[in-house]
Amino acid sequence: MRPNVGASDDERVIKLAVLAVGGQGGGVLADWITDVAERNGYIAQSTSVAGVAQRTGATIYYIEMARDTGRLPVFALSPSQGDVDILIAAELMEAGRAIIRGFVTPERTTLIASSHRIAAVSEKIEPGDGRASSQKVHATAEAAAKRFIAFDMEKIAAENGTMISASLLGALAGSDTLPFTRESYEQAIGAGGRGVKASLAAFGAAYDRARGIAAAPTGDKAIAKPAAPEARSTAKVSGPETLLKGWQELAARVGALPEPVRAMAERGLKKVVDYQDIAYGGEYLNRLDKAVALDSAEHGYVLSVAAAKHLANALCYDDMIRVADLKTRSTRDRRVRKEVGVKEGSVLQVTEYFHPRIEEFCGTLPVGIGSYIESRPKLAAFLDRRINRGRHIRTDSFTGFAMLWFIGGLRRWRRRLLRHKVEVEHLERWYELALAHAREDYALCTEILNCRRLIKGYSDTHARAQSKFDRVLSALPMLEGREDAADWIRRLREAALKDEKGDMLDGALKTVATLDDSPIL
Amino acid sequence: MAERSFAKEVEKLRLGAGEEFSGEGILAITKALLQCGVGYVGGYQGAPISHLMDVLADAQDILGELGVHFEASASEATATAMLAASVHYPIRGAATFKSTVGTNVASDALANLASGGVTGGALIIVGEDYGEGSSIMQERSHAFAMKSQVWLLDPRPNLPSIVKAVEDGFELSEASNTPVMLQVRIRCCHVHGRFIAKDNKRPPMSVADALSAPRRDTGRIVLPPASFLHEKEKVAKRWPAAVDFIRERKINEFFGSDHGSVGIVMQGGMYNSVVRALQRLGLAETYGETDVPLYVLNAVYPLVDDEFLAFCEGKQAVLVVEEGQPNYIEQAFAAMLHKAGRGTKLVGKEHLPMAGEYTGQVMLDGIGSFLRAYAPHLLPGEVRAPNKLGKGVDTADLINVVPGRPPGFCVGCPERPIFAATKLVEQELGKHHIASDIGCHLFSIMPPFELGATTMGYGLGPASASAFNSPDAKRRSISFVGDGGFWHNGLTSSIGNAVFNKNDGVIVIVDNFYSAATGGQDILSSRASNRTKSTKHPITEAVKGMGVRWLRHIDRTYDVGKMQATLREALTTDEKGPKVIVASSECMLNRQRREKPLVDKAIKAGERIVKPKFGVDEDICTGDHACMRLSGCPSLSVKSLDDPLRDDPVASIDQNCVGCGNCGEVADAAVLCPSFYRADVVHNPGRWDRFLESARRAAIGLLQRRRENRRLMFADA
Repeated sequence: MRPNVGASDDERVIKLAVLAVGGQGGGVLADWITDVAERNGYIAQSTSVAGVAQRTGATIYYIEMARDTGRLPVFALSPSQGDVDILIAAELMEAGRAIIRGFVTPERTTLIASSHRIAAVSEKIEPGDGRASSQKVHATAEAAAKRFIAFDMEKIAAENGTMISASLLGALAGSDTLPFTRESYEQAIGAGGRGVKASLAAFGAAYDRARGIAAAPTGDKAIAKPAAPEARSTAKVSGPETLLKGWQELAARVGALPEPVRAMAERGLKKVVDYQDIAYGGEYLNRLDKAVALDSAEHGYVLSVAAAKHLANALCYDDMIRVADLKTRSTRDRRVRKEVGVKEGSVLQVTEYFHPRIEEFCGTLPVGIGSYIESRPKLAAFLDRRINRGRHIRTDSFTGFAMLWFIGGLRRWRRRLLRHKVEVEHLERWYELALAHAREDYALCTEILNCRRLIKGYSDTHARAQSKFDRVLSALPMLEGREDAADWIRRLREAALKDEKGDMLDGALKTVATLDDSPIL
Repeated sequence: MAERSFAKEVEKLRLGAGEEFSGEGILAITKALLQCGVGYVGGYQGAPISHLMDVLADAQDILGELGVHFEASASEATATAMLAASVHYPIRGAATFKSTVGTNVASDALANLASGGVTGGALIIVGEDYGEGSSIMQERSHAFAMKSQVWLLDPRPNLPSIVKAVEDGFELSEASNTPVMLQVRIRCCHVHGRFIAKDNKRPPMSVADALSAPRRDTGRIVLPPASFLHEKEKVAKRWPAAVDFIRERKINEFFGSDHGSVGIVMQGGMYNSVVRALQRLGLAETYGETDVPLYVLNAVYPLVDDEFLAFCEGKQAVLVVEEGQPNYIEQAFAAMLHKAGRGTKLVGKEHLPMAGEYTGQVMLDGIGSFLRAYAPHLLPGEVRAPNKLGKGVDTADLINVVPGRPPGFCVGCPERPIFAATKLVEQELGKHHIASDIGCHLFSIMPPFELGATTMGYGLGPASASAFNSPDAKRRSISFVGDGGFWHNGLTSSIGNAVFNKNDGVIVIVDNFYSAATGGQDILSSRASNRTKSTKHPITEAVKGMGVRWLRHIDRTYDVGKMQATLREALTTDEKGPKVIVASSECMLNRQRREKPLVDKAIKAGERIVKPKFGVDEDICTGDHACMRLSGCPSLSVKSLDDPLRDDPVASIDQNCVGCGNCGEVADAAVLCPSFYRADVVHNPGRWDRFLESARRAAIGLLQRRRENRRLMFADA
């Protein structure tokens, strides 16, 4: 006698796994699903590796269920590769992990995933953009799953003031992969007893969304695509007549630029004028014109766009004045209130964290005095001992606010200050260096411009960024004349963005030094 | 108070005969203990046993009603030593802990307990974890059972079997005068299932009864000459008694056909995975009915020779499914077959991996390979010769995309600033040798901190740095130990040792008010009042009592600057002897659980409450992420701006922020950037708050308008 291989529907075991990030409420979800199964005359078994010492890591919950026929099925305690009917991923990379682990198979697995991201520590600590590619996971999931239902379930949960477990359950119910009614899911939520209303709302919203996707033809598995960046800002500008007139003149100059450059130039111009004044905007466009003059339509104006972007960033260096100005604007106050969610009738208190050093102090002094102090290390150290200390400033109080407001007002004298001199000199060196290459190596010129991306941060971080920038460009003499010079500069820049100290960059620089001496032409 | 409350579930422990119990494995074990008339229970928390301790703690009222004594033992050694109560008295006792880490600690007591033997049933419930969430998976409780000659039960992972194993365990212990270990795996502890309950039993003799009628028997004491006799007794009396009991009571089970050319022997805990593999091979149905003969060892030590030999009768080949290594069971069976002169081929680790968890896939491959080799006729055609191979998608690309996600510090964890400060001190003074310990603080070894070179055992952090004590050294060692480890073993093995040997290193005691990593159980230095335990014993007093001269107490770890300065002082002071820093702040997970409902209630009731949260000014943040390299907080993450001028994502703080202060403190101490702000929302402000607010806002508004009226305003800027 051969045991019943193709178990009849009555005896079939349904296998469901939940992959979540610790703290997402995966246990609640598993309890609900078990409850729903039992309400529908099923025997269910759920297991987990409990969240003890498992705070923020990836976790897995596993449920098996079979129709109750009066006999006890032998259930497994953990999911097996190629043997999972429903896989719920509470975050997109966890869906990716499920696929890697073999829990998603094209013949049988319905993959329900929330498309939102929770960045892992490794993704966050890169000085550049270390985030993993969501698209790759989406694309693989499409191929790996029998059905792939993905949308931002975290957003639905947040909108309804509850945890993602509720919207995940909604998506499961809406996917119709389990032979249970919507009502039985809602009863399970109701039996939980806490935050029932919010959970039911999120459940319902996700249910409808999943149903919509489930009903759509297979080719259109409706994945929330990231919104395309808006083509061109058409935001309103307001202010005194004279300034508006000046702005319109500058805007007209932007309008006269080649079409591909305009959008970035307008963004840049706005940033620069907002940072300083109309005249500064004029200087910005004058510099940009130099790049445009060397550029042509055959290259698609890539160089000019890079110049428009990085010139604006370079001109708007992060000094104390800028920080103080931004922190004292009415728009900032409104944004903080919105982000924090200050309700009517509550009072908001805001503390800012500053830690000025002698460098910042000197930078905010007129060129003469600033360099006088900087050239006298003893004096500088003496002053530093008085200045260099953390200062917590309350910008909801009048004195704290007024202090920052005053520093923000130094804007009108900025051109005479030491920091400005240093920054403009640096900018000129970089910009001229780049443009000098425009004729013989267009791509290299663009890549040198793009290196400006490396300069960011404040104090030590800023110094480290400057050093990376210098180190990348130090490779120029070795690369000039090579066909792949631009590629190498790009590679070096990308390496510099990988770690804090620039170890990857140093490695890459060593490789550059060993490149064949004779230029490949 | 522990992280998870079982206050509601423990009511199930009152179920009487015939009623159906439905719940988790750990609750079922507790219920079984009560049904067996246990007289006392002790243990030490640690996954997967933590929740069993929590269940017991929450069930203290029920235990009390039955006259059962419960202790949260100081360590696994304490818990095992407690079983001494069953040596002379016919009282059933149970101890529970994580294995093998706990069994290592318990070894001393276990050896002595096993030597003299027991009168009352003594059960040690060990949670042996394998695979995910495991810490010492490469050692086996089995080895401890063998070296101490105590018996090891490994029941099938379902509630009726576990409950029966508890009952069998006590009886086996009494029948053979030997302590019995009952092994449960992590998922088995948390499996949700059902069984039919029996009535709870009061212990026939309570510990109070024993105290009023003390007994002694020199023959049970572990000292020569009695201990020489104990060894003989073990092999001559206790072992045969155990084997007889296991055989007669049919502890081991047989499934499947009673004839066939092949068979599979397995540890009880492996049964479900074996059946699942057979189901997938088309050889078993949903309820476990199968043609393949199965011999399930619910008792894996000692083995029953004649039972096994009878199973092998007429079989060409037998597969041993034994998770873990060395393969003691397989070796023992091979010896039995050899001595009996049998021709049955015994295989095991040839078809299954020597090391590693026996996952579903491993089991499917292993059993498939065994059957293809020895009984291909059993297999359906499609399994014997599958048409398509390697179906599925190529995931090679994805492996490089999906980031690893190891566990780390929680949102607002008070240990984060300690390691941020350590990282900053190292930036000043250079790299140091850092010894880590067991506990949440061990997450320091992961990014972004990457601090810590070794971990040698619970409470042994500073002990593991004891060799690094040289008069020629230019730098001192730094070692960490948590409050849990400190009380478990650290006070003597680490602090006392450092004082006695004049160790010159720096010791940081991370005091978060709980045994936090195991689920927030109270310990001696917990600040909370505990109805049944004595708490609030400061670590600083204990350290002083051990003779430490250089001691600093930081009562708010979030003060990164102070933490950094204190570490710097400890590393550079001329003072000799151990430099001990006690860094105290409450575990945020527990604090939130305690405070959040109270705060919400107070806000609803109209009380003035200030709630902090941190934020980032996205136009000031330059996207360098230096802050994250000193934090790793789940609530501090990256987000893209809708601005083509910006290439890199900026920092962003989500709604889960609890306003611990680390972001601001780190930005300050490391001189990072001014983009962080702390927003304190005053709920239900008083009159004075409101007056001040309106006056301030009016004056501030005046300044803002003055400037904004004279400049261009971009609506989206």
